[in-house]
Amino acid sequence: MSATFPVIPAKTGIQTASGNASLSVAGLATADGLGPRLRGNDKNPAWFYVCKFDEIPVLGARVVERSESEGGNVAVFRNSENVVFALLDKCPHKGGPLSQGIVFGERVACPLHNWSIELRSGEAVAPDVGCTQRFTVKVDNGDVFVDLS
Amino acid sequence: MNKQKLAVIGNGMAGIRTVEELLKIAPDKYDITVFGSEPHPNYNRILLSPVLAGEQTIKDIVLNDWDWYTDNGINLITGKTITEIHRTRRELRTNTGEAFGYDRLLIATGSNPFILPIEGKSLPGVISYRDIADTEAMIDAAKLYKKAVVIGGGLLGLEAANGLKLRGMDVTVVHVMPWLMERQLDEKAGKLLQASLEAKGIEFKMQAQTEALIAGESGRVAALRFKTGEQIPADLVVMAVGIRPNTSLAEKSGLQVSARPGGIIVNDTMQTLTDPRIYSVGECVNHRGMAYGLVAPLFEMAKVCANHLAEYGIARYVGSVTSTKLKVTGVDLFSAGNFQGDDDTEDIVLSDPMGGVYKRLVIKDDKLVGACLYGDTVDGSWYFKLLREGKNVAEIRDQLMFGESNIGDVGHEGNTRISSMKDSDEVCGCNGVCKGTITKAIKDKGLFTLDEVRKHTKASSSCGSCTGLVEQLLMFTAGGDYSATPKTKPMCACTDHTHQEVRDAIKAQKLLSVPETMKFMQWCTANGCTSCRPAINYYLISTWPKDALDDPQSRYINERAHANIQKNGTFSVIPRMWGGETTSSELRRIADAVDKYKIPTVKVTGGQRIDLLGVKKEDLPAVWKDIGMVSGHAYAKALRTVKTCVGSEWCRFGTQDSTQMGKDLERAMWRMYAPHKVKFAVSGCPRNCAEAGIKDVGVIGVDSGWELYVGGNGGIKTEVAQFFVKVKSSEEVLEYTGAFMQLYREEGWYLERTVHYLARVGLDYVKQKVIEDAANRKALWERLQFALDGEPDPWAEFDKARVDTRQFIPIKAVATAAMKEAV
Repeated sequence: MSATFPVIPAKTGIQTASGNASLSVAGLATADGLGPRLRGNDKNPAWFYVCKFDEIPVLGARVVERSESEGGNVAVFRNSENVVFALLDKCPHKGGPLSQGIVFGERVACPLHNWSIELRSGEAVAPDVGCTQRFTVKVDNGDVFVDLS
Repeated sequence: MNKQKLAVIGNGMAGIRTVEELLKIAPDKYDITVFGSEPHPNYNRILLSPVLAGEQTIKDIVLNDWDWYTDNGINLITGKTITEIHRTRRELRTNTGEAFGYDRLLIATGSNPFILPIEGKSLPGVISYRDIADTEAMIDAAKLYKKAVVIGGGLLGLEAANGLKLRGMDVTVVHVMPWLMERQLDEKAGKLLQASLEAKGIEFKMQAQTEALIAGESGRVAALRFKTGEQIPADLVVMAVGIRPNTSLAEKSGLQVSARPGGIIVNDTMQTLTDPRIYSVGECVNHRGMAYGLVAPLFEMAKVCANHLAEYGIARYVGSVTSTKLKVTGVDLFSAGNFQGDDDTEDIVLSDPMGGVYKRLVIKDDKLVGACLYGDTVDGSWYFKLLREGKNVAEIRDQLMFGESNIGDVGHEGNTRISSMKDSDEVCGCNGVCKGTITKAIKDKGLFTLDEVRKHTKASSSCGSCTGLVEQLLMFTAGGDYSATPKTKPMCACTDHTHQEVRDAIKAQKLLSVPETMKFMQWCTANGCTSCRPAINYYLISTWPKDALDDPQSRYINERAHANIQKNGTFSVIPRMWGGETTSSELRRIADAVDKYKIPTVKVTGGQRIDLLGVKKEDLPAVWKDIGMVSGHAYAKALRTVKTCVGSEWCRFGTQDSTQMGKDLERAMWRMYAPHKVKFAVSGCPRNCAEAGIKDVGVIGVDSGWELYVGGNGGIKTEVAQFFVKVKSSEEVLEYTGAFMQLYREEGWYLERTVHYLARVGLDYVKQKVIEDAANRKALWERLQFALDGEPDPWAEFDKARVDTRQFIPIKAVATAAMKEAV
C-alpha cells in the first residue's frame, strides 16, 4: 500500500486515492513534497487506531496520549480542507502542546509563543528554525490511523 | 508551461527588493533578468556615508551577493546599460547592441544627482555623491588632497562633508539657503546643527552662490568662485544639491513622465500609466504627484509591485508619510511631517541651546502634524507614529513634549539611548533579547524594518515598549528610515483591510460567520491566521449577538478550553468570586478539589480571587463541577475581576457600600466579551483601597455619590484612569459603566484596551455618546443587556457556550492487527 501524497477526503469524510476501497493518507509528505517519510518505518509501520475522522474538529486537533518513555503525546490535526496531519505534540521551541494551537491553512500556531509550524513537514515557519517529528496518518472508512512505529 | 520573462532594469535596492518579494510568493512564475550598470551586486546605498566615514566597508553594505543571483536562478547582467525599450516588440536593447525580449518589465532606475550648470562642472576632481564609484573617488582624493568643498547643505552633502572631514580633509560646505537642511529642519534646529558640525571642524559658507569652478595648472579643479567674486581653494568638489528621478530611458520609450517633481507616472499597482506591462518602483517613480527618496516607501512599493506581478492583485500602494534622520555619528536629529508649521498650526517648543537640545512639535486640530527634534531624538519614532496614525493628542498634550517614557515605560532599565548600551545589555525585557543579538541579526540577515527585526529576533514583538530602542538600533546598523509607513495599517498579512473596514463591513453587510467575512472581504489566505481569525470572531459576536455563532476554533486556546494554558501545557482555574468576596463553603470545595486533583499551586491573585495552577486539561470539567463556582473568565478577552474595598459595611472611613456595588457590577456584566480584557474596581471612599485609578472602569464612592474613572491600566505602561462622570445612584453607576462598555465593545479594535480606544477616539467623543446623549446611553446599556441576557457559564453549560468537550478527553491509541495485515 502506501499512497504517497495527502488526499483530501470528500465532504462525507472518506475518499480514497485510488478510488478503490478506502485509503486516504496525509501528514506524510516530506518537506519537498516528494513522498512519505518512511525510511526505517517503511517496512514495519505500526498502525494504531485513533478515532473517527469526524471526532477531530475542523481546524482543530485531538491528542493521542503516550507516555514520555513512548515518546510523548501525538497531536492529530484536521484542517478546513479535511486533510489530516499528525505531529509530535511538542513545539520545537519550548515544547508547547501544538494540539492546543490555532490551525490555519496547513499550519498550526503554538499556543505558548506563537511559532508557526508546518503541519505537513513539522518544520517551523521561517525565520524561526526547528522541526518537530511528524507521523504518517491514514483515513480508512472514516477511521483515523497513525503509524506510531 | 513556459515561464514568462520578467526583465528588471536597475540592480538597486527597490528593484531587487521587488524581486525578493516576488520570489517569496511566486518563485517559479518568471524567468528573471536583471540589468545593472554598476559593476556591483545590490548594495545598501544608504550606508555609503558610513563607508565614506570609515565606519563600514563596501563589503559590509552588500545586500545580495553574487551567489544570491545564481541561487535564485536570476540572470544578472552588469556593466551594460539598456538604451532602448521597444514596447510594441517587447524588447530591450543594450548599449552593446544585444536584444532581450520580455513579457513584463520593471523599471527601477532610481535617480541621478543633479549637477549645477556652471562653468567647470566637468573638471577632474568634481564629482557627485551617489554610488560606490563616487564614494571610492572621495576616499582616494582624501589620501592625495587637502581642500574639499561640498556644494549643498542637505542630508547627503552633510554626510559627505562629515566623511571627508573624518578622512582628514579640510572641508567647507557651501549652501545657498540661510540654514542647513532647510527641507527637513526649521531655522533653529538648522543653526544648532551647523554649530555642532562647526565644532567638528567643518566650515560653512551660507547663502553663498557658486558661480564657477576653476581649474589649476594640472587641469584638475583648484578653486571655487562665488557670485560675489570671492574665491576659495578646492582640490575636490562634491556636488550634493539634490537628485532627480532617472527617467531618460522611460521618456525615450514614450512612457508618461511628470515634469515636476519628475518621475515615471505609475498607478496604485505600480504599473506605468502608459503601458500596463511595464512596472516601475523606487526613486524614479511619481506616484500621485509624489516622488520618494527614502527606503521605507520604496519597500512598500516593492511589496505591492511583487504582489501584482504574482497576479495576486490584492495590494495597492496609497502613498507614504516619511521621516528623516541624519547619519552623522554624534549628531541626533529627526524630522517628520509639516515641521515648519503655518497659520493654522500651533507649536510646542522646547529650546535649550546650551544643552544642545531643541524640540518642536507642530499641532493642528488636536493632532500632531509635524515634529523637528535636535539633540534628543529618542521619541522620534513615537512622534512619527502619532503623526502617521493621526491620533488625537489633546489629552496628552501637556506631557507630549516629555516623550513616551514620561507616560510610563518598563522592561529595559529605563535606557533611552541605544548607543550607550553594551552588546550584552537587554533591549527587550519581554523576550530577553540583547543589543548584540539584534545587531547581529540586522547585519547577518539584512533586516531593514521593525517588522523584520520583530520576526527574526522577537525583540519588540510583545509589549512594544522597547520599540524606540530597536528603531535606533536599526538606524545605526542598517541606516536609513526603519519605520514601516503605510498610511493605513491592514489587520494582518491576510488582507489589505483595516480593523475598522472589517468592523464596518460586518455591520453593513450583516456578515455572520468567519468564512463569510473572509470571502466578502476577499481574504488572501484560506482561513486567516492567529491574528485575524480571533478578531473577526469577536467582531461578529459583538456586532450580531444571538445571530452570529461563536467559533471556538477561531479562538485562542484559553478561550477554547476556558482556562489559562501554562508553560508546561497544564491549565489554571480561577473561579469568579463576586466582588472579591467568598464563603467558607466555597473555600472548602476549593480545598477539596486541590487535594483530589493534586493541584500543585494555589495562589491569591491581584484581582482578589484564587488561582489554581497546574490543573491537567482532562481534569478541568471535573474541577469546575467540584468547586461549583462560575467561570472567572480570567483567561478571556472579557470582564475579569471587579476589585472592591470593604466599604461602608465595615470600614470606619467608608462612605459607600463598595462591595455591594462591585458585586452588582460584576453580576450585571460578567460573561461580557470585549476587544481586550476588562477590569473594574470599586472603592468606598477617596482613599481608594481598591486601586480604581488603574482599571478600565474605576468607581470611587464619595459622600454624595460615585465618581467614575475610565481608561486606566496597570500593565506595561501604567495609565491613570481619567475622570469620566459623577453620578448619584448605584443604578446610574451600572448604566454609565454598561453604556461605556458597550460603546467600547461596538467600536474598539480587537486587542485594543480601553486606554488605547480612548486615545484613538478621544474622551470627549465618549463623553458625548455616553454622558451628554442620555437616549444613546440608555440604548447602549440596553444593547449590552440584550447581548448578555441568557449567556451561558462556559464551565457548566457546555453546549450553549459551544465548548467542544472532546478536547478534554485524550485518545488512547489502539494497535490494530487488521491494519498490520493490510500493510
